[in-house]
Amino acid sequence: MATPTDRIEKQILLRAPQDRVWHAISDAKQFGSWFGVEFESGFVAGASIIGRIVPTKVDPEVAKMQEPYAGAAFQIHIDRIDPMQLFSFRWHPFAVDPAIDYSTEPMTLVTFELAAVPTGTMLTITESGFDQIPLARRAKAFAANDGGWQAQTQLIEKYVMLTAQ
Amino acid sequence: MIIVARLCEDGPLSIVRLTEGSAISRQAITKHLNTLSKAGLVRSEQTGRERIWRLQTQRLAEVRRYLTQISEQWDDALDRLRTFVEHD
Repeated sequence: MATPTDRIEKQILLRAPQDRVWHAISDAKQFGSWFGVEFESGFVAGASIIGRIVPTKVDPEVAKMQEPYAGAAFQIHIDRIDPMQLFSFRWHPFAVDPAIDYSTEPMTLVTFELAAVPTGTMLTITESGFDQIPLARRAKAFAANDGGWQAQTQLIEKYVMLTAQ
Repeated sequence: MIIVARLCEDGPLSIVRLTEGSAISRQAITKHLNTLSKAGLVRSEQTGRERIWRLQTQRLAEVRRYLTQISEQWDDALDRLRTFVEHD
């Protein structure tokens, strides 16, 4: 019962050098390729960037599943870029439902922090500010999108796996 | 989230009880309770001279489910990041 209700925190150890991880996170093209989205421009502190879910060209069956989400756009607002150390942006978490107007809602802050360790890079990801999001919207998002979120995640995952080959 | 944990373990409590044995000031606890109240996670009612605070357990469960969804999406995204940086 003691887990926080206003933030998500994760820490992962990546067996890759710090500069590799830094570029994977702070370069819009690289970030987009593993995250599963195409950004319209590069990441600059203070800038607003639009990203679109991009369906795969590799597998027609998967592409068909992705069709409803094709071009689904969301916006991120770049916050801080401290080279090799910290990258942060604000957004509406995974907000790709065209039926919802997210523009009036508070955004969460996503922070990536990097630290070199003997075996690679320790990456800490924090998403905070959830208590600011109206509870009605949070509950509705859960109820309406339970299956939707899962399907979306699977699509993005398949896309990235296929394009990585 | 000490307040949430206390209300979960001990049931509805007054500010006096919540402040008891805590290093956190009454002012800080009140501020936190107001934030939790705005988020719909606690509510209070006046009982005689005391204001009693209680957990909105259903809301809390909904919030936790939502956060779990977001958390799982991050887990998937981070798996892809791992694949991306470790195999190239």
